[in-house]
Amino acid sequence: MNKNNKTQSNKRSIVRYTYMITVLFLALSGFGQMPIFKRYYIADIPGLGWLAKFYVTHYIHYLFAILLIGLTSYVIAEYLFMNWKRIKITISGYIRGALVFGLVITGILLVIRNLAGSGFPPGFIVFLDLAHLGLVMVLLMAGLYCIILKKKWAKERL
Amino acid sequence: MYPDRVPVMDWSDKRDVTDRLTPYNWIYIQSATVEVDGEEAEITIPRRCMHCINPPCVKLCPWGAARQLSNGTSRIDSDICMGGSKCKSVCPWHIPERQTGVGLYLDILPSLAGNGVMYKCDRCYNGIAEGELPACIEVCPEDVQTIGPRDEIINQAHALAKEINGYIYGEKENGGTNTIYVSPVPFEKLNKAIEKGKGKPHFKPVKDTMSDANNLAAAMVLAPVAGVAAAVGKFYKMTKTDE
Repeated sequence: MNKNNKTQSNKRSIVRYTYMITVLFLALSGFGQMPIFKRYYIADIPGLGWLAKFYVTHYIHYLFAILLIGLTSYVIAEYLFMNWKRIKITISGYIRGALVFGLVITGILLVIRNLAGSGFPPGFIVFLDLAHLGLVMVLLMAGLYCIILKKKWAKERL
Repeated sequence: MYPDRVPVMDWSDKRDVTDRLTPYNWIYIQSATVEVDGEEAEITIPRRCMHCINPPCVKLCPWGAARQLSNGTSRIDSDICMGGSKCKSVCPWHIPERQTGVGLYLDILPSLAGNGVMYKCDRCYNGIAEGELPACIEVCPEDVQTIGPRDEIINQAHALAKEINGYIYGEKENGGTNTIYVSPVPFEKLNKAIEKGKGKPHFKPVKDTMSDANNLAAAMVLAPVAGVAAAVGKFYKMTKTDE
């Protein structure tokens, strides 16, 4: 491995770990939108008390959502500018990408809902809440499946 | 598995309690003995949901069970509320009250999630839709309440405050509410004089609770621009190196 390849690999690792930490905090703070962490004593574990504070989890969810949107924009733009000739996205990559896309779209719509004066119909808000929750459950399961079976997002074109 | 921490709040045999907010009593009269123009006076104040302009109970409900109507009323849909009480936690005045043992959660996984239904003033929205007045306005013997478009009510409140040399609460609290109080004494004094506690809301200053996160929405718009800019920068650097 020459120096350039090593740098590329390190950068990919940074992106990968940033993505994993972002998804972890988004999932924790996202599930924290439901009143479950106090109910099940999880917020009693030292260091996890913040999970029961709704305004804190709400703010943290927004911060990591910003990070996720920035990161996915970077990865997509990098792929389109530099890597699409060399790298092919796998089927599991497309599936996970579609799930993340769905989460970002429903998430953005929920952010708009939270602004004063937004007027989405009540049924649509229920749909957004359930879709956002359903998508993250599927993404976490898909992610676990891909980690266990070592499925990659992308591979070199032959 | 029904954790001990999940409180049972059964008000079904205490429906006649009227000296605080309960799942059955959505408005009550708070009283304060204060000094007005050098004389001791008793002020009575109807207390109920403030119907915030950007209500955290509605916006932060995880299921969309709480909703805001176009006329500014916020209400909880008792058919789909799970009774998790998040709305009460995030409400600056802790208005909604829970009745355990009723509602949708009984039909899903009652031992794992939910705990009844949250109830609060819904401004008699169904009556208003038919051109009627909310019940509290109809029955008030003192005629202390007026209902109308917010800007008109704000103007009336300012005129009244000017007339009596009074103070206003609700115009700015939590970013503004659709309930505006006018008092002859500062609300700080009133807050000290009223009985506060469970089901008995305060009159403290309240900052805009939704604003911290909502201010981040602008950064969310910039995030994709920053991501693409970083990738373009990397691409530019790489082409330079290749040259």
